[in-house]
Amino acid sequence: MMSAWITIISVTISSTVFDVLPIAVVLVFFQLVVLREPIANLKHIAIGAAYVLLGLSLFLVGLERALFPLGKEMARQLTAPEFIERTGGGTGIFWLKYYWVYIFAFCVGFATTLAEPSLIAVALKAKEVSGGAIGAWGLRIAVALGVAISLAVGTFRVVTGTPLYLYMIIGYVIVILQTVRAPRMIVPLAYDSGGVTTSTVTVPLVAALGLGLASTVPGRSPLLDGFGLIALASLFPMITVMGYAQISEWMAKRSLSSEDMRHEV
Amino acid sequence: MLGWGFPVLRLIGGAAKDLAPIVLVVAFFQLVVLKQGIPNLLDLTFGLLLVIIGLAVFIQGLEMALFPLGASLAHALTRKGSLMWLMLFSFGLGFGTTVAEPALIAVAGEAAGTMARAGAIEESASAQSSYATALRYTVALAVGASIMLGVLRILKGWPVHWLIIAGYMIVVVLTAVAPPEIVGIAYDSGGVTTSTITVPLVTALGIGLASSIGGRNPMIDGFGLIAFASLCPIIFVLIFGIVIKS
Repeated sequence: MMSAWITIISVTISSTVFDVLPIAVVLVFFQLVVLREPIANLKHIAIGAAYVLLGLSLFLVGLERALFPLGKEMARQLTAPEFIERTGGGTGIFWLKYYWVYIFAFCVGFATTLAEPSLIAVALKAKEVSGGAIGAWGLRIAVALGVAISLAVGTFRVVTGTPLYLYMIIGYVIVILQTVRAPRMIVPLAYDSGGVTTSTVTVPLVAALGLGLASTVPGRSPLLDGFGLIALASLFPMITVMGYAQISEWMAKRSLSSEDMRHEV
Repeated sequence: MLGWGFPVLRLIGGAAKDLAPIVLVVAFFQLVVLKQGIPNLLDLTFGLLLVIIGLAVFIQGLEMALFPLGASLAHALTRKGSLMWLMLFSFGLGFGTTVAEPALIAVAGEAAGTMARAGAIEESASAQSSYATALRYTVALAVGASIMLGVLRILKGWPVHWLIIAGYMIVVVLTAVAPPEIVGIAYDSGGVTTSTITVPLVTALGIGLASSIGGRNPMIDGFGLIAFASLCPIIFVLIFGIVIKS
């Protein structure tokens, strides 16, 4: 068993190296040809880059060999007609039969987003730049909640077959309204969190879920309904992150004003 | 190299905490909802161990390499003071990181397959592969353009929300006129472009630029590049769909 793992890990490391080659070419070209200066701390950065490649490869191998097959199989079983009939057969309403699918989508969205490496990176930077005002965990939980809600809503949309653009437009209207009201400092970060949520960990599981649903729910086409889950997952985190900032601002104001009142009395 | 034991343990502990929710969700659904045992427990445990160690090592490398690299490039480019090179660099970074992105290659292939099955393009393998390639380059071009636009915005200090809201207005209008089968693909292509290595680099670049230019606030002006990189591909792919159709 061990030798099989070692082969897979070395294959993944080489393909990761190949994937980052274009970035490396751009960086080296600009450093040497345009900027014409040596990189400060080159040794330290080189070790760090090796860590990035090694860490990412181990991470991907572990996901692909262990978690993804199980997760995809679960998505398939939860959307299979037999399971839907067994658990939801009693409920008369069509879309209600799929309640385990919505719960699964919610939980998977929340859990995978917390483990998303690019979100961890952005949260670390946000904490550093805001001087700790935006906690890394607070931001990550807000984003994870956004992805969780969007996947639950997205699977509901696939089951009911309602058009995607309706949800997108309503979402954007909420985003615009929040942009006007939310603390100014959070807005760019909230927009960014929409983009970072859906990468290595979340996308493969979400795609399996969407495809499974679209091919088992009668009358759905994988072409029109299978896609679109990821789109919602990059929209809702903007709402929850701005909401997180609005709620913390509101609570800070409330405790401040109650303090004022105590002073006045 | 001394004094390494403690930070490594702390990183691995952090990574284990990050992974714990996934383990709980999988166990709950597998054991309680689907009422099955966990298959290949040994393989699964070993795989999880790799994921935890991998995440810990990655985050260590992030702080050592990707963050400082993005920041130092931003400082060097502002010191050089050439707008053209800064724009070219931004475009190259966006284009270069996207064109080889495995998630994008997968999505483009998938899209070409579904388009062929739906009869939107020819069924032949060559038609499908040229469609997938065209889609991939469209997205890469879009990401290059968006990093360029985002960097220009940091230089000029334009507020991010006007640009983003305007962008989404364009998306709404294009959605109404684009062929319906491209819409889902277009929306999803915005999400897959920002990979695990690009995000830290680009974020550090934006914050580095905002903090080395006078009068910019890193919190307000530094973030926002990723948002552009997820918005522009939607617009470009919708236009691509309209052009292909006509």
